[in-house]
Amino acid sequence: MKKEILKLRGLKVHFPVQAGVFNRVVGHVLAVDGVDLDIFRGEVLGLAGESGCGKTTLGKAILRLVEPTDGEVKYISQDDDETELTSLEKKDMDPFRKKLQIVFQDPHSSLNPSFTIFGSLQDPLKKFGIKSKEERRKIIGDLLEAVNMRREYMDRYPHEFSGGQRQRIGIVRALCLEPELIVCDEAVSALDVSIQAQVLKLLMQLKKEKNLTYLFITHDLSVTEYLCDRIAVMYLGRIVELCDSEDLYNNTLHPYSEALISAIPVADLDKQTKRIVLEGDVPSPVNPPKGCPFHPRCPKATDICKTEVPTLKKYSTNGNEHYASCHLIDLPEIS
Amino acid sequence: MEDKNNIALSVRDLKTFFYTNNRCNKAVNGVSFDVEKGKTLCIVGESGCGKSVTAATIMQLLPTLSRIEEGEIKFQKDDKIINIEKLEKNGKEMREIRGSDIAMIFQDPMTALNPVYTVGFQISENLKYHTNLNKKEIREKCISLLNDMGIPLPEKRVDEYPHSYSGGMRQRAMIAMAMACNPKILIADEPTTALDVTIQAQIFELMDKLKKENDTAIILITHDMGVVAELADNVAVMYMGNIVEAGTADDVLRRPTHPYTKALLESVPVLGRGKNQDINPIKGSTPDPYNRPIGCQFAPRCNWQTESCDVMPEITQINETHQVRCHKYEQFFEKYK
Repeated sequence: MKKEILKLRGLKVHFPVQAGVFNRVVGHVLAVDGVDLDIFRGEVLGLAGESGCGKTTLGKAILRLVEPTDGEVKYISQDDDETELTSLEKKDMDPFRKKLQIVFQDPHSSLNPSFTIFGSLQDPLKKFGIKSKEERRKIIGDLLEAVNMRREYMDRYPHEFSGGQRQRIGIVRALCLEPELIVCDEAVSALDVSIQAQVLKLLMQLKKEKNLTYLFITHDLSVTEYLCDRIAVMYLGRIVELCDSEDLYNNTLHPYSEALISAIPVADLDKQTKRIVLEGDVPSPVNPPKGCPFHPRCPKATDICKTEVPTLKKYSTNGNEHYASCHLIDLPEIS
Repeated sequence: MEDKNNIALSVRDLKTFFYTNNRCNKAVNGVSFDVEKGKTLCIVGESGCGKSVTAATIMQLLPTLSRIEEGEIKFQKDDKIINIEKLEKNGKEMREIRGSDIAMIFQDPMTALNPVYTVGFQISENLKYHTNLNKKEIREKCISLLNDMGIPLPEKRVDEYPHSYSGGMRQRAMIAMAMACNPKILIADEPTTALDVTIQAQIFELMDKLKKENDTAIILITHDMGVVAELADNVAVMYMGNIVEAGTADDVLRRPTHPYTKALLESVPVLGRGKNQDINPIKGSTPDPYNRPIGCQFAPRCNWQTESCDVMPEITQINETHQVRCHKYEQFFEKYK
C-alpha cells in the first residue's frame, strides 16, 4: 500500500518585486503558484520543466529554505502522524530537517572551500547529538565508502576533488542524518556524461539500501524517464501534468509536455522524431498570461484557453492515474 | 571526400600546446578532419578533451600562453587555399577572414555580448569592417538579420541592450552576428548548452535552415550525443586531445568501434527506452592533462585494455569514411557485419 510522506496543498511562493526610491512593492514573481502534490514513501518523483518554471523554488519551499507565502506542506511520519511544516516555529522545524534533506545543483559552490570535508559534514551530526568526534568520523567515513570514495578523503579540502566527487560529497552530506526524503536539485546537471551515469547509478543503489524517497528536480527528461516512478511537469509555477513516467512518454496529454519531449535530442538514429518548435520564450512569472499560462506558445490553443485557467484534472491512461491541466483533453474525467 | 572542391576547411595533424607553470599541456595533439560545404561536422567529447581549443585554434583566438605547434589548417577561399596557421594572429589577413569567412558562436550568450553596447551596434561592427555598406544599409541589414532569426519587432529590438534580451534571444542575436557576412564556415561552440530544450530546438531549426539556404559548413561542438544524432552529417569523437573515432553520423552512432564512443553512448539514458534500460558509467575520470597515461589515452578507463595499449594506436581507415584510433577495432567492427 502506498503511503504518503509529504502532502502539498495549494503551495504558493511569491517573491515581491521592489522598485523606486522607497523600494515599494510593485508586483510579485509568482514562482510557485498553487501546487498540490503527494509524494509517496519509497518513490522517485521527478519534477521537470524549463528554467524559471519554479521547480527549484518548490523544492526549497518544501524544506522551508524559502518561506512559502501560502499553502500547506504536511509531513506524515511512519506512524501516520501528520505535521504541518509551514506554520512551525524555526526551532520546532529542526527534527524535520533531519528527515528532509537536499542535494544542491552546483557541487562547486555548495561546499565551503575553507573547511575540510569532515569540517563541513560534521556540523549537522554535532547538532543532532553525536557528541564524540570518533563517532562522527566513523559515520562520515562509512558514508564516504558507501559512495565509492576513500575514508581518508574527509581530511581534504573541496578544491582537491573533481566535480563528480564533490557531488558525491554533497550526497554524503544529505545522507549523514539518515533522512527519509532527499530533494535532488539538478544533482547531475553540472556533470559530464560519464560522471553523470556514475552518480545516477549511485543514487539508485542508495535508494534501495536505505529505503529513501527522492524528489528529483531536473530539466533533463531523459534522466527522469530512467530514474523516476512518477513525473510532474511544471510550467510557470504550476503543475501541468503528473503521471507515471512511462505514461508521460507513451500517452502524453498536455501539449507542453509533448513539445518538451519532442525537443529533446535523442542519441539514437532510429528514434528521430519531428521536433515541435515552440515559439517565443517562457513568459515572465511576474505577469503571467491570462487564461492557460501556456496558451501564447501552444500550437493547439483555442478561444477558451485565452480566458479560462484550466485546473488539474484526473484522467486514466493504461489504468494509471494521470493528472493534466488542459481544456483540450478528450478523455473522460475521473472524480 | 576526394572531391577537393567540396571541402571548406581541412585540418591536418594539428597540435596546440599550452605552457603554464613551466609545464606543457598538449591540449590538441594531432587532430585531422575535413569540413564539407553544406554539411555539419559534430565534434563530441567530455569537458577538457580539447574540442573548444580546436575551435579557438581555427579562429586564431588562442590565449597568450598557448601556440600552434605543428600542423596545417587549410581554408579554401574562393579558389585560393589559405594556410590559417601561418597567418599572423592579429594581422590584416587573419582579421579579414575572422568574422567574415569563418564566424563563431560562443557557448555562453550571457557573457559573449558586451552589455554596454546595443545589440544592433554589435552586429553592425562586423558589417562595418567586412563590407562596403553605408550606415543606413548596415542598419537595414541588421534589422533583416534579426528578423531572419525570428526576433519579434526587430526595428525596436535592434536598439536595445543585451540585458533586455532573454537567453534564447541573445543566442539568436549571436547567430545573427555570426551570419552577418554570410560566412563559409560557422563554428558553434556548445551553442545551446546554457539554454532550455525548447529554445534549443528553435536554435537547431535555425541552424538547419542556414545550412540548407547558404550552403554554410558548420562545425558544431557539443558533449551531447543526442544533439549529434539530430544534427550531424559527420562526427568526430575527441578524447584527451585526439580524435579517437570519426566518420559519418551513421558510422559512428550505429557502428561505434572505439571503446570510448561505445561507452559514451551507453552512459546516457535515452528517451523512450523506459526504465529498464541499462546505463553504464565509464569507470574512473579523465586523466590529469599534465600526467597523461602513456600510449592510448583511454586505456586506463577501457574494459578491453591489454599490453598493446601502451603504444599509441595509429588511425586506421575502416572504410572510406570511418576511421578509428584503437588497436582492437577489428574485434568490435566484426560484430556489425
